[in-house]
Amino acid sequence: MWVRSTLAYRTSFALMTFGNFAGSALDFAAILLMFSRVRALGGFTLPEVAFLYGTCSLALGLADLVVGNVERLGARIRDGTLDTLLLRPAPVYAQIAADRFALRRLGRTAQGLLVLLWSTGRIAVDWTPGRILMVPLMTVCGAVIFGAVYTAGAAFQFWAQDAAELQNSLTYGGNTLLQYPPTVFARDLVRGVTFVVPLAFVNWLPALWLLGRPYPLGLPVWTAFLGPAVAALMAAGAALAWRHGVRAYRSTGS
Amino acid sequence: MLYVAVAAGSFRRYATYRAATVAGIVTNTVFGFIIAYTYLALWDQRPHLGGYGPAQALTFAWAGQALLAVALIATGGLDELQERIRSGDIAVDLYRPADLQLWWLAADLGRAGLQLLGRGVVPLAVGALAFPLALPGDPPTWGWFLLSALLGVVVSFALRYLVALSAFWLLDSSGLAMVGGLSCMFFSGMVLPLRVFPGGLADAAQLLPWAALLQVPADILIGARTGPALLRGLAFQAAWAAALLALGRLVQSAATRKVVVQGG
Repeated sequence: MWVRSTLAYRTSFALMTFGNFAGSALDFAAILLMFSRVRALGGFTLPEVAFLYGTCSLALGLADLVVGNVERLGARIRDGTLDTLLLRPAPVYAQIAADRFALRRLGRTAQGLLVLLWSTGRIAVDWTPGRILMVPLMTVCGAVIFGAVYTAGAAFQFWAQDAAELQNSLTYGGNTLLQYPPTVFARDLVRGVTFVVPLAFVNWLPALWLLGRPYPLGLPVWTAFLGPAVAALMAAGAALAWRHGVRAYRSTGS
Repeated sequence: MLYVAVAAGSFRRYATYRAATVAGIVTNTVFGFIIAYTYLALWDQRPHLGGYGPAQALTFAWAGQALLAVALIATGGLDELQERIRSGDIAVDLYRPADLQLWWLAADLGRAGLQLLGRGVVPLAVGALAFPLALPGDPPTWGWFLLSALLGVVVSFALRYLVALSAFWLLDSSGLAMVGGLSCMFFSGMVLPLRVFPGGLADAAQLLPWAALLQVPADILIGARTGPALLRGLAFQAAWAAALLALGRLVQSAATRKVVVQGG
């Protein structure tokens, strides 16, 4: 229904999708501007950085498209409309995610996919079937990991209602971080996004395997294939946090 | 006096959103770290890029995060005014014995003041603890920086006011607000310092009004603008502020002539 309603205003839809596309492309414009002045960043060439950019943008774009709307939970608690959803005989999570389903978010997804396609032909990878398969696998796992971060961030809003921006630091911040190679960042920061909030599994570790680059922190090679396990664990954790949040929820009242 | 009260009220209003302010501080700090490291990698390759040293580049990165919410570089910020125009409530505002533009400017300055205390000071302090920043040691430079940041907020307001007034004709100015926000991100130096842009683009970008939002105040802070260049920077900001405010006034009088109040 929301898909049809957004498509009804064609000009507005086109404009917003384009804005979404252009807004996320600003990050890539920054990377292009940097590479107009240097030939490598942290030891990585432009196609390699573009590959990192494409994979994490696509993963975040997909997660945002499907469940990104849960970040509106805080607003729903404040205006009391969450109670309406709780009364309906359908899972609250699905209702919030689907409410105002914004197809215009395809802009970011499309932009990430374009950069990814551009980069795959230019990076020095011997494309065997296994390596080709790795690209969709890491995208899906990355989308699940980002989706779990969105959900856990939204669940946190059951307690801190107007802190919606907090999860931006993990989703959009994480996305900006993963666009650049791990060699750019301090070891403690890399440690944090590997072991505390395992965003490194979205694209860094699998991409380093594809590019034949050394791993950060001296991690063993097999960590590149942990994506599905990490994604499953994070999804389970986020689901627990969400369930706990819904149970603890008391309506606003006066 | 009235406008001081409006500014103070706006300051207090934003002070009540404590969790949101804390969340904003965390986000600005996280982005500050990420951008600072990418700048370090860039200046490691080209040590004097754009005439900045590595410490100056790091300071620029953190100044950007500190001013992002103050000058509202990324977002619209006058949604409320736009909504009042769309719904027709603006007719009531026009009837009040106060100037519309000054009223909203005062409210925006109050908001910017609070944001400076929270989202401005904290990220810059964290950045200074974590990285060797090139912050000025003398009070006058800090004073010039604050004056320049204030002029940046006025230019930012004047631009957003024009976008909001477009709702008189477009009804929904969110498309224009989006285009405005994107140009602002790119041409303010938020994406990359304008001096680092290649060749002619760098020169052209530094003449546009958006350069007044971040590039000029940051250059003053890191000591890239001193003496006559500092005064030229302030004059540049003041000129754009005056021109854009005057344009806003012109558009406002054209718009208010257009308003037809539906009687009951």
